[in-house]
This record gives sequence, structure tokens and C-alpha cells, in this order.
Amino acid sequence: MCLGIPAKVIELYEANGMKMARVDFGGVLKEACMEYLPEVKVGDYTIVHVGFGLSILDEQEALETMELLKQIDALGEER
Amino acid sequence: MKYIDEYRDADLTRKLLADIKRTITRNWTLMEVCGGQTHSIIKSGLDQMLPPEIELVHGPGCPVCVTPLEQVDKAIALASRPDVIFTSYGDMLRVPGSTRDLFAVKAAGGDVRIVYSPLDALKIARDNPGKTVVFFAIGFETTAPANAMAVLQAKARGLTNFAVLVSHVTVPAAISALMDSPDVRVDGFLAAGHVCTVMGFWEYEPLAEKYKIPIVVTGFEPVDLLHGILKCIKQLEAGTHTVENAYERSVSREGNKPAQAVIRQVFEMTDRAWRGIGIIPLSGYRLRPEFAPFDAELRFPEVQTIETKESPLCISGLVLQGRKKPSECPAFGRECSPQTPLGATMVSSEGACAAYYRYGRYDR
Amino acid sequence: MEDMTDKPNLLGWTCPRPLQHYPTIVMGHGAGGKMMADLIEHLFAPAFDNEWLSQMGDSTALELPAGKTAFTTDSFVVSPLFFPGGNIGELAVYGTVNDLAMRGAKPLYLSAGFILEEGLPMETLGNIVTAMAAACKKAGVKIATGDTKVVQKGHGDGIYINTSGLGVIPAGVDIGPANARPGDVVLVSGTMGDHGIAIMSVREGLTFETEIQSDTAPLNGLVEAMLANAMDGHRSPSHKSKKQGGHAPFGDLSAGPPLPTIHCLRDATRGGLAAVLNELAGSSKVGIEFDERKVPIRPEVNAACEMLGLDPLYIANEGKLVAILPEEMAGNVLAAMRRHEYGKEAAIIGGVVSEHPGLVTAKTSIGGMRVVDVPAGELLPRIC
Repeated sequence: MCLGIPAKVIELYEANGMKMARVDFGGVLKEACMEYLPEVKVGDYTIVHVGFGLSILDEQEALETMELLKQIDALGEER
Repeated sequence: MKYIDEYRDADLTRKLLADIKRTITRNWTLMEVCGGQTHSIIKSGLDQMLPPEIELVHGPGCPVCVTPLEQVDKAIALASRPDVIFTSYGDMLRVPGSTRDLFAVKAAGGDVRIVYSPLDALKIARDNPGKTVVFFAIGFETTAPANAMAVLQAKARGLTNFAVLVSHVTVPAAISALMDSPDVRVDGFLAAGHVCTVMGFWEYEPLAEKYKIPIVVTGFEPVDLLHGILKCIKQLEAGTHTVENAYERSVSREGNKPAQAVIRQVFEMTDRAWRGIGIIPLSGYRLRPEFAPFDAELRFPEVQTIETKESPLCISGLVLQGRKKPSECPAFGRECSPQTPLGATMVSSEGACAAYYRYGRYDR
Repeated sequence: MEDMTDKPNLLGWTCPRPLQHYPTIVMGHGAGGKMMADLIEHLFAPAFDNEWLSQMGDSTALELPAGKTAFTTDSFVVSPLFFPGGNIGELAVYGTVNDLAMRGAKPLYLSAGFILEEGLPMETLGNIVTAMAAACKKAGVKIATGDTKVVQKGHGDGIYINTSGLGVIPAGVDIGPANARPGDVVLVSGTMGDHGIAIMSVREGLTFETEIQSDTAPLNGLVEAMLANAMDGHRSPSHKSKKQGGHAPFGDLSAGPPLPTIHCLRDATRGGLAAVLNELAGSSKVGIEFDERKVPIRPEVNAACEMLGLDPLYIANEGKLVAILPEEMAGNVLAAMRRHEYGKEAAIIGGVVSEHPGLVTAKTSIGGMRVVDVPAGELLPRIC
């Protein structure tokens, strides 16, 4: 459940009294509500679900995890 | 696409699979809670690449699948009214009610519209003052903040022609119910990454402790899923049972506080019937009394006396609890297929039965 | 949208008053009387102008070249009528041209039947008809006969168009869905999913950094180039029997002219690549295996599909074909396609196998395997 797709915030503005953003899903531009991400900045990547940003993707965290995952013991690859 | 492509990398997938193979020494059964995770696993073929010692069972994390039959029938009744514009997420359109589905209502002339976001439904209400716009507010905790905001906005803007038909369900109570059931065979859980993005994962700590099962918050892409599975297997092999986070880039222990605040403002906990499973206490949300004017069931009281009828052949309840695989259902691929679904698990693109059928997990 | 600069010149007509004073279609335009005659004379005929249409008979007398005739029909009901990259007019011409081309036929004549909804703006009709005329020119076909009806407001989406087409199949060419054989190669002529997403973008209000345009195009030129290069590389007919293990290949033709070298051609319209591959696998009673990563898809189309929860393999195309042909021809044919305007991104995506007849499978991006099933009816965007 929860088709949440990473989207980059390219513009922030107000509409209908809510904090909104123009977001870019890898080339597709759409509008999303940012009321739940008060600290979001232009350039951040967010998880957007049904038109609402729900989290700001932590790039540092993502890089560190990726590094950890990649450091699998190459010698022990096949049992 | 950034944050997607690197999590579908074939080399990293192979490495993680090798690490899992190295770690595992006996059979384990893991349940992935979320329908989106089921879909991703089957579509990528991951289930066939895992070592045979791991059995993945698919959980009830498909809100479309577990929406109670009564609510689907109420939706159909409301959508059939000429004074109503019925708005819904796309997936709900072909979920079978007792006699037909929303798609059939649309084909017969009902004004049924698919919306991508609840804010679209609000716009439709603003643009159509002469009709009542009813929005089918289904989903898990992930979707609750969006649905709640729609109600708040309707109240703030005095939109009197907007109402919601609520059918929200929550995960922790479902895990309890599953673990309490007699023939449970789940050793560890992969918790739903986007539910936890909203709610955090502190709610799962008492569950891990009570049932002595590891619970790992997991994302949706193949690398994320393998990461979650690896952490879970490591715990099982080590005999530990804590809550771990394998989706750190999106999930924190506390979750999204502003979103939780709005959920609490608009909704309160309630008992909910899960289709195919039955009533699970305190497993859903309903509108708080101060938002009663926006409750479609109160605005159209005639829907409260609907009689429902499930297909006798459908075992989707057992599938949703992980007690049967879709391919074990006698009606699978025969009476029941995506063209002629008997239950919601075959209709929803995230239902386990639909995933098995579409991606061919059975003998043809 | 295609160049719409030559709109019908309403002011320049010296027609009797009824047409000039009707900015929209009304019931009278379909009644068979003066108004309809005006519409034909001043809107349809000038656009489609040719010696056959100007016969203006109840039916048109044609002389077809000798040989096998290909005959097809298709109706076009797309909504919205105008979308990035084209309109219903182009679809109506290219769709039927392509159906003929998929048999290896040279398309010659089209019929065009219009069902117009009362209230359709004359300018809209004019634009569509102009687009059809341009499309006919591009594809090298003539509209030789036509019909117009008008239905009451509320009974049609503005305009529905039916086109039927006649073409001639060159001697020795027998392309059909049952001809695929194990060992054959499967290729596609370009990026998948563009048309469907272009339509969706209007319906769902999506905007793109780089606009996704419909790929509507005539494929008969591409098919001709493919056939020419396949024939060039063709050796002896007997290689077929070896691969098939003794099957008699194509009925009548087995003892006659040179064997066709392209086995199957299909345009990947509704249901997309997945629908076509399943049809071919079923008709030929073979299995098809391909690699998902080898299917060319524009990044924006991929992104739109991710966002909407759709699978690009199931999305309609209007200017792309799938070809199944013997492996030894593939190099030549692929090169010929890439030299052609409509085949620049052609790619080999997989092959035909004798295992799992009727079933299509794909290698996934992580190296797993999935079955690519027949489409299940209308695609509803996933949200959840």
C-alpha cells in the first residue's frame, strides 16, 4: 500500500492556505501538498503519497546505508 | 530515477542474496505486511531468488483488499445517487460489492470519478456546488494524513457539499490479531515502510516484546526488501526480537509528528471489520464527533442498513492472514481471475491473488 | 500537436449561405440534403481531393493491382480529440495504414466514415480533416470514399471516425501471427508507452519537463525497408525446416515463391507490447522470453508510470511495431530500421522458445523472472 514515489521539490508556494510545492518525479511535474513537511526546502527529495509529501529523504542516511550494503564480503559470495 | 534505480541494482541484489544465503541455517517464515511490498517482490521475481529456507507470506496490508464489504456496498449505494459525485482512488473501482462494483455504477451512468489526491475531490466539490461530493477515504495510516487534511480544509472553507465515507485501518492491531490467531506461522515481520514514515515505529516495540518476534521496517524496492529480509533473518538466527529500521532514509522512530497531529485532530480509534478476517478491536479510524457534518454515513443514513453477501468460494481472508497462498485456492484461475474477481485480493493490483495471477505464480 | 496552419478557409468559400452561417455541426449536416452536400463539397472533398473521391458516386470504382488484397477496418473513439503529438484524425489514418502494413501490404485506399455529434465546432472538424489529409499524403494513401452522419448532442464524444483500408500484399510475402518459430528473434521499432502516456497526461493533468508526445506515425515505409533488407539477406528456404523440426511452414507457399523472412509483424496498440507478445505466443503456440531492460522506454514515460502505478509494457502505442523474424536476418533488418525515420531506436528485446508455449516471460531488472500476462481490461492507475 502506499505508492510513495520519491520526488524532488523544485518550487514552494502557498495555495488555498496550504503550503504547496511543484515536484519533479524523474521528469513528470506535479503539485503536492507540503503541510506535513514544514522544514522542506527547494532541492529536497520527498516521498509523495496521494499528493502529500510525507518525509524528506535523508541523503546522508541513504549514502551511508548504501555503502554498508555494498561492503558485502566478496569472497563469501557463493556458499 | 534517483532513489529508485540504485535500489533495483542487479549486482547489489545478488550480493544481498548471497549474504542471506550465508546467514540462514534453517527454515523461517516472514510476513511482509504491505501490499506494495508484495507487488514489488513478485513483479521483480525476488520471491523466486530467495533461498528455499525462507517462506514469504503475504499480509493484510492492502487497504483495498480489507475494506469491509459493507463499506463497498455503501459506496456503491452513494455513487448510484444522482445528486452525488462519488470520488475514489482508482483501485477501489473494481472491488466487488455484494452484487456489482463501482465501475458498473459508472458504466450505468453514475458520476464516479477517479482522483489521485483527496485535494482533487475538494476541488470537484468547489466546482460543483449543486452536488454533494463524497470521497471514499480508505487506506492505512499512510493515507490518513491526506484524507484528514481534506476534511480539515472542507471545514475551514465551509464546503458544505463535501463528505467522506471513512474506512481507515491501522497496522499494529492487525499484527496483534494475526499473532493471536491459533495457527499463526509467522516468525518475523517486514513492517510497511510508508506507514512507518507517518507513524514511526515505536508502536511496534511492545509487539516485538510481547510476541517475541523481530519486526524490521522495510521499504519497497528490491534492495530495500532484501535489506529488511537480511536484518530479520540475522535476528532470527541470533534469537533476538527487536524492532529495526531498514528504511532509514524515510523512517524515524517518532515518524512525522505534524501528520500524526492532524490524524489525531480529525480521527479517533474505532473497531473495524477487515474483509475476510472479521472485526479487529481498535484497528481503524473514524471521524471525531465535531466532524460529523462531513460523515457521508450520517448525511445519507439510508446506507446504514445495507445487507451484504460474500462469494462462498472466496478465501481471501485466509490469504490475507498468510494462512493460504492464492495458488492454494480452489477457485484461483478458474471462477476467480482479474476479469471475474470473487474477492478484493484478486481485484486490487496489490492484492496477493492479483499479483500471483499476473506474474504467473501457478501452473498453467 | 502537428502543424495546424492550413485550416479550412471558411471566409474564402463562395458557398451558399447554410454552411457559412453554421459555426457548429447541426443535425441538418447529416440529413442527406443541401447542408450535407455543402459540408462534403466545401470541407471534406477539398481536403481529401483525389480522382476517386471526385467520382462522387454512392460507391467508388477502383482497379486494384493483381495479387492478394489486404482489407482492414478500425474505429477511432479517442478522447481527448487533440493531444500532444496529434489528434484523432492522424490516428484514424495511420491506424488503418499500419494494420495493412502489418501484413506486409502496400496500403492504397481508405474509406472514412464520420459520426459527428451535434454541436461539434466546424473549426474542430476542419482541423481534424486537414490533419487526415496531411496524414494520407505522408502515408501515400487516398481516401476514396466516405460517409457522414450526425447524432444528437450527448450521443457521441464530439466525433467518431471509422476507416477501412485496402492494400496489396506483394507476392511471396505471408506475414501472420502464427508464423513465429523457436529460435526467432523479437524486436521492437522504438520507445514503448509514449502514446498512452501522452493521452493520460491530458486526462490526469500531468505536465512534463520534456513533453511526452504521441508517437502516431505511418509504418508502411518502415515495413517496406525491413522486408527489402530481410529479402536481401535471405538464403535457402530449407533452413526453416531445420529449425522447426519438420513442420511444413506456410501451407500453399511452401512449394512456391521464396519464403517470407519476417514471420510476424504487429503494431503495439491497445494493451501495448504485452498484449502483442501474448497474442503472437498464443497464435504461434510458442513461448516468448525477453529482457525488460532491453525494452526502450523514455525516462519521462517510466517516471509517469511509476507515479501512476502503471506498467509501461501495457501502455498503447500508435507508431511502433513488434517484429518476430529468424535470427540470421535480425542484424540486417535492425540496421535498416535504425536508418529509417520511425525506427531509430529499434532494439532486439528477446526471442522465441519452444518452452511454455503461449506464455510470455521477462527477465526483470534485478535478474529475476516474471510472467508478462495478458492485459486485464481497463488500466486503472494505482495509488495505493
